Amino acid sequence: MVKEEVCMTGILSYGSYIPKFRIRVEEIARVWGEDAEKIKSGLGVYEKSVPGIDEDAATIAVEAAREAISRSKIDPSEIGAVFVGSESHPYAVKPTATIVGEAIGAGNEYFSADLEFACKAGSAGMQICYAMVKSGMIKYGLAIGADTSQARPGDALEYAAAAGGAAFIIGNNPIAEIEATYSYTSDTPDFWRRDLQPYPSHGGRFTGLPAYFRHVISAAKGLMERHDFKPEDFDYAVFHMPNAKFPVRAAKMLGFSSEQINPGLVVKAIGNTYSGSSLLGLCATLDIAEPDDRILLVSFGSGAGSDAFAIRVTDKIESYPREPAVWDKIERKVYVDYAIYLKHRRKIKA
Amino acid sequence: MVPRFWRKIKYRYDLKGSYCENCGNYHYPPRNFCPVCRRRGRVKEVELPDEGRVLSYTIIREGEPCIVALIELDNGIRIISQLSCDPSEVEIGIRVRKAFRRYGEDGEEGIINYGTKFVPAN
Repeated sequence: MVKEEVCMTGILSYGSYIPKFRIRVEEIARVWGEDAEKIKSGLGVYEKSVPGIDEDAATIAVEAAREAISRSKIDPSEIGAVFVGSESHPYAVKPTATIVGEAIGAGNEYFSADLEFACKAGSAGMQICYAMVKSGMIKYGLAIGADTSQARPGDALEYAAAAGGAAFIIGNNPIAEIEATYSYTSDTPDFWRRDLQPYPSHGGRFTGLPAYFRHVISAAKGLMERHDFKPEDFDYAVFHMPNAKFPVRAAKMLGFSSEQINPGLVVKAIGNTYSGSSLLGLCATLDIAEPDDRILLVSFGSGAGSDAFAIRVTDKIESYPREPAVWDKIERKVYVDYAIYLKHRRKIKA
Repeated sequence: MVPRFWRKIKYRYDLKGSYCENCGNYHYPPRNFCPVCRRRGRVKEVELPDEGRVLSYTIIREGEPCIVALIELDNGIRIISQLSCDPSEVEIGIRVRKAFRRYGEDGEEGIINYGTKFVPAN
């Protein structure tokens, strides 16, 4: 029994960061002469988070990582790997992960890289850290998903493309054990951004069935089949949230109830935080989870792939500090109008 | 510009100050040499508290308003730092905590400077 405890690998701590600024769907629709009610009922998104003028994916990653470290009380110099997943890394060439490593005081002896796989680069980092801890290469690994996602003004994406991030410290004796992980990947060009282009392009309706649903459903089913889980074995489920419609439909297709997914459905209030999206949903779910609860996490990254995880909460969560909760952070907000939004996104400059 | 920024990364990214074990004075940014004890000084690097309160501030209105505040950290050390918030949120006495933010960038092609600013604590 004691031996089993020592071998358990999973989430030792987590941290999240959501910029305080919000813009309402009505405000964006006003500028483009669109029907806000139709957009809200179509996407299920009511407002989205907007970064401050001095925030970017690196600052969001640092803030989330610092919260994870302070909650765990581990010595940051014992972190042996730092991976930052984002599709809005501030530099095209120059890692975000080294900025994070320096800011948290990780020292110089750590494995590190920036990851990019659209919205699933953060969960890919969790898998790498999990494998490195499991193999004994490192004691602790830090995996972060953080984005200030771009959207062309006037594009449908603009209603949801938001900013935020989450950080996970992976190690042994966790608050939530990663029981299993499985990925489903294919070459599917549903969403992309070419080199030197400021905004991404997407395949419109093509982003649905052949992209999001195929990968999310296949990853969830693959994980459950291989490890003998049924939807009722999970207390909660979190699916990547490009909008509120897709994860709700994916849950229904797989046989999950709305009670299982509601705690993590943060997209309604902050939009799609890309690499941070499903991970913030996981943080919000961990905020209320109890020992022995099991959580299904399925990310999705365009291009395309999904990472599925079966996560079981341990007794350690009872003495773990979880305040402030993700939903409390969501409530701390300041609304901006479209002009201020453009300034914050550095689309207009003095 | 790049080497100058690089040399300061350590104490810009986090609140790393210096403490003189001989006279008990703290300094931020850190000093290699204690200006009080001079050659008798025994200077070591210390981490300063994350929170404090605003003792005074000024707003530089040249382009985007820039708030510079005199902050008393929770161990009594006073430092100067930038506040990242709307000028209407600042008042003498408000609680503030450190935050990791962009300082600026060296043009479109240059490096991005990051460092510590403060934000209202709640």
